[in-house]
Amino acid sequence: MTTVALKPATMAQALGRALRDAMAEDPAVHVLGEDVGTLGGVFRITDGLAAEFGEDRCTDTPLAEAGILGTAVGMAMYGLRPVVEMQFDAFGYPALEQLFSHVAKMRNRTRGALPLPITVRVPYGGGIGGVEHHSDSSEAYYMATPGLHVVTPATVADAYGLLRASIASDDPVVFLEPKRLYWSKESWNPDGPQPVEPLGRAVVRRTGRSATLVTYGPSVPVCLEAAEAARAEGWDLEVVDLRSLVPFDDETVCASVRRTGRAVVVHESTGFGGPGGEIAARVTERCFHHLEAPVLRVAGFDIPYPPPMLERHHLPGVDRILDAVARLQWEAER
Amino acid sequence: MTVMEQRDAHRPVPPPAWQPRTDPAPLLPDALPHRVLGTGAAAGADPALLRRLYAELVRGRRYNAQATALTKQGRLAVYPSSTGQEACEVAAALVLEERDWLFPSYRDTLAAVARGLDPVQALTLLRGDWHTGYDPREHRVAPLSTPLATQLPHAVGLAHAARLKGDDVVALALVGDGGTSEGDFHEALNFAAVWRAPVVFLVQNNGFAISVPLARQTAAPSLAHKAVGYGMPGRLVDGNDAAAVHEVLAEAVAHARAGGGPTLVEAVTYRMDAHTNADDDRRYRESSEVEAWRAHDPILLLERELTARGLLDEDGMRAVREEAEEMAADLRERMNQDPELDPGELFAHVYAEPTPQLLEQRAQLRAELDAEADHHAPEGTAR
Repeated sequence: MTTVALKPATMAQALGRALRDAMAEDPAVHVLGEDVGTLGGVFRITDGLAAEFGEDRCTDTPLAEAGILGTAVGMAMYGLRPVVEMQFDAFGYPALEQLFSHVAKMRNRTRGALPLPITVRVPYGGGIGGVEHHSDSSEAYYMATPGLHVVTPATVADAYGLLRASIASDDPVVFLEPKRLYWSKESWNPDGPQPVEPLGRAVVRRTGRSATLVTYGPSVPVCLEAAEAARAEGWDLEVVDLRSLVPFDDETVCASVRRTGRAVVVHESTGFGGPGGEIAARVTERCFHHLEAPVLRVAGFDIPYPPPMLERHHLPGVDRILDAVARLQWEAER
Repeated sequence: MTVMEQRDAHRPVPPPAWQPRTDPAPLLPDALPHRVLGTGAAAGADPALLRRLYAELVRGRRYNAQATALTKQGRLAVYPSSTGQEACEVAAALVLEERDWLFPSYRDTLAAVARGLDPVQALTLLRGDWHTGYDPREHRVAPLSTPLATQLPHAVGLAHAARLKGDDVVALALVGDGGTSEGDFHEALNFAAVWRAPVVFLVQNNGFAISVPLARQTAAPSLAHKAVGYGMPGRLVDGNDAAAVHEVLAEAVAHARAGGGPTLVEAVTYRMDAHTNADDDRRYRESSEVEAWRAHDPILLLERELTARGLLDEDGMRAVREEAEEMAADLRERMNQDPELDPGELFAHVYAEPTPQLLEQRAQLRAELDAEADHHAPEGTAR
């Protein structure tokens, strides 16, 4: 049996390593974005890539997000595999027309002749004390656009595996990086072969019998913490980490809810028009006769993202999750 | 203070980081749109090229007329005509080598056809049986872009990628005067100049963005002047002078291919038809203006030159017209056949592999279609 040297690593390191390995493996992989070269990105995810692969492979572009993604489209048309970085969630909005009208549609409009293997990396979500326009949860916009995969990791290992899978995908992927987890540490084997997960599979992070918390990205650790706290109340909560919002893993989510009979969807994005509504509807449509209570949502409020000194009131926390669990109509059982 | 020091004290000292960048003078466009036909320069033009341009212009005019007629017959959902702009469309196609790429907008099906695309395939978007009717890689013609100017950064990225790979490929992107107001126009030109990408931007200034005239679109001295701000040459050309457009574009393509970077070309032309068949141009322009341009028609200008130089006679003209009629008849006949539609294909190309959700929806649509077929089947017959 080989011994695997596990070391503590951050999600940021795992993401950087995924980019490096993908670039080393495939010369078609090009990284482009604002400050990704000399500086290594504002979150240092691309640190060292320009030095190792040259500025033609890891390119500081002019400051223009539509231009970054638009030129990436042309590069992909010529056979490259661009990975673009949007510096922050809300800074990616100028690129939405390119994303919605071209990136998402090119394969379809050309009857499959022109697939665009582009990965759009977007640091998203709040909880880092960022000022206005630095903390948006923009996933619902991407989810509502057919043709895009929408992927988000919650662990160090997934950050590597999912990013490698996203870059390898022949479809465009919006890769949402939970920025408040960038510095989260886990034991990880940076030297061993890393499994590349297929996109579109959720994973059960914690098994439980009482109810299922369906969540993703930055809310996964919060839900795991809530599940620990819930033990004191006598609830044994299961936590499903979606990992991929598109495609959506109905199978894993519904199997869990059928087992537990209750579900709460947890995310930072707004509740109204947010992913939770879609998830609750899907679960209800498929698992109605297994449900003991309506599917509840714990989401960010329907407000523009708050200023940093107030953001803790907005973000779904352990107490708000437990309050929702308490409302899952347990009376019938007692 | 010495006398020398006193003199220096009057010379402004630039801020520390400032340094002169590019000399703008060589980038500036000419004061008047470049002309070849009807000038002394025409004598230097290659007769074979002029005859080729003429044949393509006549064919292009006939193509525009046929496509417009097809909208009236309900065979096309819509047609944005390039009548009057054929010189730009044709020259853009002819200056490119086979390995080069063309990035058309929705008004540029003629350029795609002149590049060798089957007209039926080029018109697929406007017929409405799919969004793109051809494999872009086969003829190196990007899909017709409807969102204005969004195809320009694609051209830049493709040209940049080709250069990184060491291929001497040039991308030529078409855009209209209205499109120059879009943010993507700015971003594309800026990226192209910074990357010295081998790309040529051809603005067909046809006077109108649907109904809005150029004066409400820009306050620039000319659209070609915009090039200077990006650090690339701007060229101004008479867009109805096919020889001039060809010459200017060919120079820009050669410049790009040699590693000189991008060029912005403004071709001054005129949209003789309404924006599309659904538009009524009498609401925003005088017919006298259209008539004035009729005297400056691209076919007329070239015909005058060719006949004056004895390069074209009545027989030659007839042969060109007959060839154009054949193309139109073939187009008419093929467009009058109903295209084959497969509703199941709606789900086939969204992703490399349909998601489980799309497979469910495909099955749902199939069931609906089966039920519909059952409903319409004569009673007592098995389907």
